[in-house]
Amino acid sequence: MLEGILIGLTAAFTGTNLLMVIGGCLIGTFIGMLPGLGPMSIIAIMIPVAISIGDPSAALILLAGVYYGAIFGGSTSSILINAPGVASTVATSFDGYPLARQGKAGKALTVAAIASFCGGTIGAILLMIFAPMLASVALLFHSAEYFALMVVGLSAIAAFAGSGQVGKALLMTLLGLIMATVGEGALFNAPRFTMGIMDLQSGFGFITLAMAMFALPEALYLVLDPARSNNEAGGEIKELRITRDEAKQIAPVIGRQSIQGFLIGVLPGAGATIASFLGYAVERNIASKEDQEQFGKGSIKGLAAPEAANNAAATGSFVPLLTLGIPGSGTTAILLGALIALNVTPGPRLMIDEPEVFWAVIVSMYIGNLVLLFLNLPLIPYIAKVLAVPRTFLIPFILFFTLMGAYIGQNNATELLILVGFGVCATILRFADYPLAPLLIGFILGQMLEDNFSRAMQLEGGIGFILERPMTMGLLTFAVLLVALPTYRARRARIRA
Amino acid sequence: MALERCIALIILMICLAYGYAAFFTMDATLPPFMQRNPVWPSTFPKILSVIGALVALSIALGLEKDTGGGKKPDIDYTRLGNYKIGQALFLLGLMVAYALCLRPVGFLGSTMFFLITGSVVLGERRWFIMIPVAAFASGGIWYLVQEVLGIFLRPWPFFLGV
Repeated sequence: MLEGILIGLTAAFTGTNLLMVIGGCLIGTFIGMLPGLGPMSIIAIMIPVAISIGDPSAALILLAGVYYGAIFGGSTSSILINAPGVASTVATSFDGYPLARQGKAGKALTVAAIASFCGGTIGAILLMIFAPMLASVALLFHSAEYFALMVVGLSAIAAFAGSGQVGKALLMTLLGLIMATVGEGALFNAPRFTMGIMDLQSGFGFITLAMAMFALPEALYLVLDPARSNNEAGGEIKELRITRDEAKQIAPVIGRQSIQGFLIGVLPGAGATIASFLGYAVERNIASKEDQEQFGKGSIKGLAAPEAANNAAATGSFVPLLTLGIPGSGTTAILLGALIALNVTPGPRLMIDEPEVFWAVIVSMYIGNLVLLFLNLPLIPYIAKVLAVPRTFLIPFILFFTLMGAYIGQNNATELLILVGFGVCATILRFADYPLAPLLIGFILGQMLEDNFSRAMQLEGGIGFILERPMTMGLLTFAVLLVALPTYRARRARIRA
Repeated sequence: MALERCIALIILMICLAYGYAAFFTMDATLPPFMQRNPVWPSTFPKILSVIGALVALSIALGLEKDTGGGKKPDIDYTRLGNYKIGQALFLLGLMVAYALCLRPVGFLGSTMFFLITGSVVLGERRWFIMIPVAAFASGGIWYLVQEVLGIFLRPWPFFLGV
C-alpha cells in the first residue's frame, strides 16, 4: 500500500498537477455557489477540458478538485441564503442557515469546511484500506435493503417533529412523497398524475422545489419583516472561528459521521443525500436533551454531521467505481465516462493493471480536500460578508438566484411559474408552522423509495420480503427506533415534569 | 378555523382526489401482463393516499395537541397588514413577469429590469449603484452560463434574431 501511495504522490506532486487541483477547487467553489449547478453538472462541464489534458492522472486530479470545490460551494449557498442547490446540501441548511442568521455565518462556513475536509480525508483513508472488501459487501444489498435504507433516511423527519408537530411533519413528508410520484417513473415508464400537462411529464424539478421550500419563503419573510434582515446579531458578522469547546463537541460527530457516511456512500445508488439525512437524524437522536433542542435552531453538531457524512459518502461512492466499475452515483457515472474517454477501464483489474491511475485518484482526493481547506478558510470572512450587503440589493439577488437555479436546472420558463406558485404555498405553510424540510426529504427520497419497494415486491413476489430478509427487517426496526425513541423520551420527560 | 387546520383540510382534499385517481382511474389502462405483477403503478400512490388522508384528517379535527408552549411565530399571519405585504406581492408579481419575459425580452434586459425594479420596490434610490450592479450581474451571469458553461440563454429580445 505504501508503494501505491508513493506512486500516487509522485503523480500528484508536479507543478502542473498542483495547478490543476488549485484551479479545480476554485472553479468548483465559485460555480458550485450558484444554486442549480451541483458537482455533477460542473464535472460534466469540465470533462472536455480534462480530456483535452490527455494524462489520466492530471485529468482526475482536476476533476477531484472541481468535485470537492463544488460540494463546498453548494454548502455555502445553503448556509448563507438558505438555497440548497443540490439534494446532498439540504441537511446542511437545517442548522447552517440559522447559524448565519445569528451572525455566525463565518463560524458556520468554517465548521462546514472542517467537517467536509475531515469527512473527505477519513473517507479517502477508508477507501484505501477497505475498498476491495467493501465492494463485495455492497453487492449483498438488494432492492429490499435499499427500500429499508430509504425508510431509515426518511426517519430524519423526526428531527422536525417538535412538540405537537409529529402529525404536521408526517403530513409534510407524505405530501413530499405524493409529489415525487408525479411524472414518468423509472420503473413503470408511464406518466402518472400529470393531468395531461406536458411540462409535468418529467415530474417536479428538485431544484425548483428546494428553492420554493427554503429560499423563496425566507426571502419573502425578509421582505415582510425588514427587522429580520438585520440578523439576530444586529447585522453584525461575528465569531468567525470555532472555540476549543466547540471543536471538542464536533470532533466525535465528525468521526462517527465520516465512517457512517462512507459506508452508506459505498452502496451504489444510496449516495451522499441519504448519508447526510441519516447523519443528521442519528446525531440528533444520540445528542443530550439540551443539544437536541438546538438542532434546527443553529446547532454546530447539526451542521457538522451532514457535512462530514456528505463528503465521506462522496468518497465512498468511488469504491464500487474503482473496484467493480459500477458508478454508485450520478457524479461517479460521469467520472466513469471521463475515465473511459481517457482509455482507462475501472474494474477489479484497475489496481493491478494501472496502479498509477488508481493511486492518483486516491491521492488527488487528499490533495483536493487539503487545498480546499487552505484555499477557502482565508476566504471565509469575505464570503460571509455577503450577508452584510444591504437588503435592498440582497433580496432581489436572492430572488434572482432562486429563479436562475430553477431555470438552469430545467431550461424551462414554466419551471419559474411553478417555483413562484410553490413558493407562495410554502410561505403559507410556514405561516401555519408546518415544517417544510420533511416535505423536501419526502420528495428527494420518494422516487428511490418507490422504485426499490416495487422492485423488491416484484422480485420477492409480495410484501413478505420484509419478514424474510433479516437485513431489511433490521434496518426497518432501526428506522422505527430512530423515530420512536425521541418521542418516547420526550413523553417520559413530560410525565416526570 | 385556524390556518393549520384549514391547510390540513386542503391537503385532505388533495389526498382524496389523488386517492380517487389511484384507486379508480389509473389501473383502467393497465396492460394485462402488468396486472399479474404483485405491484402496479397505483400501489404506492394508494398507500400514500390512505395514510395521507388519515393524517390530514387527524390534524383537521385537531386530534394532535400542540404542546409547543405558545411559541411566538416569526410572522403573525392574522396581522399581515402590519408587515410589508405590498412589497412582497409586488416582488412576487415581478418574478412572474420575469418568468414570462425571460425568453421574449432576452436574459440581459429582463434581468436588469428585475434587479433594478426589485431594489426600487424595496426603497433603494441610489441609481448610480443600482444600474451598474444590475448591468454587471446580468452580463457576468450571462457570460458564465452561456459562454463558459454552454447553457443557452437568449441574451437579446427575440426580434433581434439571437
